[in-house]
Amino acid sequence: MADIDIGKRYWLAKPAFQNLLDALRELGYQVVGPTIRDEAIIYGPIERVAELPIGWWDDQEGGRYRLRQAPTDAWFEFVVGPQSLKHYTFPPRQTVLEGNQQADGQWKLTAIKPESPPTAILGVRACDLAALVIQDRVFLGSQYRDESFAARRERLFLVAANCQRAAPTCFCKSMNCGPRVTQAFDMALTEGADGFVVEVGSAAGAAVAERLPLKLASQSQVTQVEQRLAALIEQMSQGSESQTSAEPDSAHHNGCRSQRQLDTAGLRDLLFGNLNHPHWDEVASRCLSCGNCTMVCPTCFCSTVEEVPLLDDSQVLRERVWASCFTSEHSYMASGVVRQTTRSRYRQWLTHKLAGWIDQFGVSGCVGCGRCITWCPVGIDITAEVAALRSPQEIDRSNGHE
Amino acid sequence: MSPPIPAPDVFPNKSPVPAEQSGSNRPKLGVYKFASCDGCQLALLSVENHLRQLADSVEICYFLEASSRIVPGPYDIGIVEGSVTTAHDAERIRGIRRDCRYLIAIGACATAGGIQALRNWANVEEYLSYVYAEPQYIDTLATSTAISEHVPVDFELRGCPIEPQQLLRVISDLLVDRQPRLARHSVCVECKLRQNVCVAVARGIPCLGPITQAGCGAICPSFDRECFGCFGPQENINAASWIGHCRSTDHATSRLVQLLRNVNSYDSHFREAGDGLIAKSISVEPS
Ligand code: SF4
Ligand code: SF4
Ligand code: SF4
Ligand code: SF4
Repeated sequence: MADIDIGKRYWLAKPAFQNLLDALRELGYQVVGPTIRDEAIIYGPIERVAELPIGWWDDQEGGRYRLRQAPTDAWFEFVVGPQSLKHYTFPPRQTVLEGNQQADGQWKLTAIKPESPPTAILGVRACDLAALVIQDRVFLGSQYRDESFAARRERLFLVAANCQRAAPTCFCKSMNCGPRVTQAFDMALTEGADGFVVEVGSAAGAAVAERLPLKLASQSQVTQVEQRLAALIEQMSQGSESQTSAEPDSAHHNGCRSQRQLDTAGLRDLLFGNLNHPHWDEVASRCLSCGNCTMVCPTCFCSTVEEVPLLDDSQVLRERVWASCFTSEHSYMASGVVRQTTRSRYRQWLTHKLAGWIDQFGVSGCVGCGRCITWCPVGIDITAEVAALRSPQEIDRSNGHE
Repeated sequence: MSPPIPAPDVFPNKSPVPAEQSGSNRPKLGVYKFASCDGCQLALLSVENHLRQLADSVEICYFLEASSRIVPGPYDIGIVEGSVTTAHDAERIRGIRRDCRYLIAIGACATAGGIQALRNWANVEEYLSYVYAEPQYIDTLATSTAISEHVPVDFELRGCPIEPQQLLRVISDLLVDRQPRLARHSVCVECKLRQNVCVAVARGIPCLGPITQAGCGAICPSFDRECFGCFGPQENINAASWIGHCRSTDHATSRLVQLLRNVNSYDSHFREAGDGLIAKSISVEPS
């Protein structure tokens, strides 16, 4: 369709969805999207519509993730998996420098520029786009620009998908980061029964949209998808699942008991004002200091550098590898390890994420994606820990555990 | 944030072993075997290219798995594989300690007693009668114990088997008088770096990764299996919480004990966790 307007809403029928994948490929993007691997929905290369996890739901709770057949035939009713855009903008391991020993024994050092092809990522959720905007501030927002992040970031083409369903671990609404996609997309999709409402957010998005068999969306098509989104927003605002689902047959009942929420009012001062709260000891008794939460968090940005000698002494690679404040290495200095205890490490994570971040970057470091809750092996729940730090009495621990 | 890249693109060559030390003046290395499967020594032998490099920087004086040539001690570095299981072992390790300036214990046997430490919970006489036709000829201790139970050890390198790159790293650190520093954090960190989907969270399989030290590269979770704890306890281990969570998600105590009582069964943290589970299960679980 020619003459695409940013801001107008179009309609892409489901049977024409393959055209989107093809158009992206024809324009030189490698296409990455949600797909099933190892019993979870991860990002992987996508060529055909059939590779999408159509008809699957993810049940998520603290320390628990399970795929199951969806009771609907919707395409995008799963939520977020263990990976996020961070894997594409700030990969777990990357070579930043190569040292080669010359014939005269001298070393020649060469900075390595990331070689990432233009990459289109399909089905990106509001929380992850919000996390990307936070990453922009972290990596590009000061005079210390991270050029490898910048190079990867520039080459992303983002096809967002508005969420249809929230996991009980999701609390993007509390963090003002979702569920509606509002920023940083090239195209955004909102699923209806037999097609998608398509919004175009950039010139690159328009260039793709021009190649698609789009029509202007009709009022009823827009109303249909908007009603569902409004119901989801309502559910997430109420903190428990709405009984009056948009689908009266309750086909969208997601089987959860309660929707997480996080009260952010005065949170920075609350955390910094409670550095010796007894609850830090309580959470430390459960925390394994394993670092999973920081690894899955879409905004955590810590890394370390390792020198990796190759087979003989004549070459060495400097690799930048994700790091976590739950490890002793993270706070190792000449005098030793500063944060020795799990109590101090958990406190570092929570106070950095929700308080220190605000001082450093002007925003909270949490977008409410819920990954740290789901992928914590013992189901430690950031929202419950904050609630406990707010209230003088202990909260009910039965939440999330059978 | 990536560190600033050094401005000059050339720095002077710094070789860890001064040239005049080649020949017989190189630091002397001994590799010893105690009760073990030889897997760690084989792991060392398996990195062939590095072995050349190693042989250039140290003189391999005693390494029966590799060569029958013996240059008498004392040695600068002694590497010990295996656990102490006989009175003769206990005597021999004291002599080795006297002979070696640095002593490095390698592998789960040398650092925790190995799989053979399961005998520490059993009756050795009974085991002998099952295994040997003529048990009266066997002279053994009732326990299998780590090298550090007998003599001071300068560095313990975990793993079953060890990760040979880590050993080469420790040796090269010693050669330049640098404190060896290896990651002590959980296997989960390596598992996430490999972008594995967590088997514990996504499949409900009890996985020792969160309480086990990294080093293997999260091999087992990369092949859809749980971590079996080959590298022993991670630095800030919280076994009680891990066990509590596994029990609350209905994992059989017997399975958890099996996991904990593996190659690092007699490590103090794993031992305490396993013993605690058994003590509890005797009081609550009839089966
Ligand atoms: S702290 Fe947890 S919920 Fe918040 S963005 Fe990170 S992983 Fe998501
Ligand atoms: S929470 Fe921890 S790992 Fe994450 S950015 Fe902060 S210090 Fe780094
Ligand atoms: S909060 Fe959970 S995921 Fe994070 S370090 Fe502790 S146990 Fe691991
Ligand atoms: S599979 Fe095991 S090692 Fe990997 S993250 Fe999960 S608990 Fe940790």
